Amino acid sequence: MSKNASILIAGVGGQGTVLASKILGLVATKAGLDVKQSEIHGMSQRGGSVVTHVRFGEKVYSPLVAKGTADIIMAFEELEALRYLPYLKKDGLMIVNQQQMLPMPVITGAAQYPEGPVEEMTGRGIRVKAINASAIGREKGDARAANVVLLGILANELSFPKEYWTEALEESLKPKLLAMNLAAFKAGQEI
Amino acid sequence: MTKYELLSGNEAIARGAYEAGVKVAAAYPGTPSTEILENISQYERIHAQWSPNEKVAMEVAVGASIAGARSLASMKHVGVNVAADPLLTFSYTGVGGGMVLVSADDPAMHSSQNEQDNRYYGLLAKIPVLEPGDSAEAKAFTKKAYEISETFDTPVILRTTTRVNHSKGLVALEEPADIVVKDYEKNPPKYVMTPANAVGRHKVVEERRLALTEFAGATELNRIEKGSGDAGRIGFITAGISYQYLKEILPEASFLKLGLLWPLNEKLIKDFAASVDQVIVVEELEPVLETQIKAMGVCCRGKDITPRQGELSEEVLRTVLAEAGLPVPVAAAVQSEYASGQKLPMRPPILCPGCSHRGMFYTLKAMNLHVSGDIGCYALGSAPPFGCLDTTVCMGASITGAFGMELARGDEFAEKCVAVIGDSTFFHSGITGLIDIVYNQGRSTIIVLDNSITAMTGHQDNPGSGKDIRGMASPAIDIAKLAESIGIRRIRVVDPFDLKTCREVLKEELAAPEVSVIIARRPCALHIRLKNPPFYVDQEKCIGCKACLKLGCPAISVTEGKAKIDPLVCVGCGLCPRVCPTKAIKAASQKAAEEAKTNE
Repeated sequence: MSKNASILIAGVGGQGTVLASKILGLVATKAGLDVKQSEIHGMSQRGGSVVTHVRFGEKVYSPLVAKGTADIIMAFEELEALRYLPYLKKDGLMIVNQQQMLPMPVITGAAQYPEGPVEEMTGRGIRVKAINASAIGREKGDARAANVVLLGILANELSFPKEYWTEALEESLKPKLLAMNLAAFKAGQEI
Repeated sequence: MTKYELLSGNEAIARGAYEAGVKVAAAYPGTPSTEILENISQYERIHAQWSPNEKVAMEVAVGASIAGARSLASMKHVGVNVAADPLLTFSYTGVGGGMVLVSADDPAMHSSQNEQDNRYYGLLAKIPVLEPGDSAEAKAFTKKAYEISETFDTPVILRTTTRVNHSKGLVALEEPADIVVKDYEKNPPKYVMTPANAVGRHKVVEERRLALTEFAGATELNRIEKGSGDAGRIGFITAGISYQYLKEILPEASFLKLGLLWPLNEKLIKDFAASVDQVIVVEELEPVLETQIKAMGVCCRGKDITPRQGELSEEVLRTVLAEAGLPVPVAAAVQSEYASGQKLPMRPPILCPGCSHRGMFYTLKAMNLHVSGDIGCYALGSAPPFGCLDTTVCMGASITGAFGMELARGDEFAEKCVAVIGDSTFFHSGITGLIDIVYNQGRSTIIVLDNSITAMTGHQDNPGSGKDIRGMASPAIDIAKLAESIGIRRIRVVDPFDLKTCREVLKEELAAPEVSVIIARRPCALHIRLKNPPFYVDQEKCIGCKACLKLGCPAISVTEGKAKIDPLVCVGCGLCPRVCPTKAIKAASQKAAEEAKTNE
């Protein structure tokens, strides 16, 4: 790989963005690449907007994806997809979970949830893969496996051997959740 | 073959402490430092502990060091303020076994009340400051810090920033050194800091400063990377995460990458400056390096280019360096191709679904009270729809602050004012404030929001939770008995979800002309993974009054005039039915829960 890959994973605290980035980082490590990733813990986890950055390649210095340079954004929620859109590079790919979670200012009526986030992005010619990953996760046993469904979609966009993904899932998940998550991952790959 | 692992900066520091043969490690949790001790606790041969506060953690590490073991204390930047008293005098005594204080700073205040730059503590305490720029350095510098500590007889500050603590990178795992505890001999002139002895030790500190300055010119912690071409005539003096950003922007520039940030070696700086056309010091927050370098008479730029506030980033640096006329083409300054055309609502952190604090903040808001706040999840009581807090300053300041307000404004104000403090924060620094009110005969009303865990930092046990850092049983300190033992007569224990009782108790205690402690006890929903069947709203009965929205629960919204509960978000805590005037909110029977699932 001549150039570093930059991937942004955005969502809402509690959705499993950190686990998804951990698995992606493990896969890139298995491929023998230099990897850096960044996440923020603490107050931002309490239902706030959460983003993790993953970069890999021959030599990576900064753990942060700069604006306008993300090859792929994987958004777990539609408003968060729009929020982090400025990070996407020209002709980059937006993978978005078709789920809307109302932030508190919208619940209290102080603000409006944006209209048709997916339509706005596709309407502007952005390459978008929109998928109801929570519904697929639920089919496989738990809506919270949406993060792994999305990883299945991401895996198709990256050229890592499939066994790296399986190994990374095995190393990152509790044994009793593994079978369900492997099914969710496969479902994502088959989309 | 060397084994590499993808570790966070905090995991790497823990690994470094393990490989360095650390025997004793203590901390109080605080973002972004918390995971250091959590990870150290996984190495069984190390005594790891949560201490009630940072001063205690530091002093335990100091004692262990004096007795001959390598020790570590870790804390967030503001925690060092709490630990500053032992730190500054420990500088005088020096160490027995090596001692490292990890100061995890939080530029941009991702989870903090200020963004102080703790590199200044190195100058203040006259002890060396090391700053890693990624996980590999975090481990290597931790080990190096112990060598420096023992060679120069000094505690060492390992200063990190959030982006290093919480970023991951590849780290080579090495064999751990044996734990060695040096022989101990009583040595009062070194360790008993009465004035007569301290005068002698201050002289040692100044000699040590000179020796460390010389060392700074030779150590591989500081490294020159000679650049090439036109850009090579630009010399960056930088450290930590800033170095990483600059390497992405102008890799062919010349770099003096500092790992030892105090003291600086004048010859090293001057030789580097002489080798380039211009020197630019790039550092987050304060001009700590720049000021020292300018004092050497070296011409350089720094804070005239980079901001003093917040974090640096590739974007920020590209922009300000281009503006300063450096060969970063403006077109190459990072620019966004896409942005939404809509106004996007913020998504601030909120109290979790099922949060034990929700009931109390609902009541405080309804009673329109002044609230002296503190540090913890309940600082979120300042956010809409509660907007309850009058103040949040530092750990423990809720109790003392409420008493101060009472002294300033009298009984009438005290009858409308409470302090709220969490259980962990109470053990950290609430107890002395409470003693102050008893001793000075105040009448404040103190609410201890006891969820039996240190929640905000990710659920660490504390002196009240009955478990130690490894989850083993330990004595649980009873807050009610503690309050009683210092002479408080009015102590009430309530369930914060029992809204009616809470209100009555608050009325009584606010009216009482003496100090009261109300313990609002309910476990943290996130910690116990509360997940009862979700509640639902009977659409026929709902009158759309929005009373339930006053709870600020992320599961509840009102659309088209009717309240709705998101079954994926609801954890079935049961608070919302208590505020619904028409009893429209109901516990879902299993059948209703199933229907809710299929209808989505």
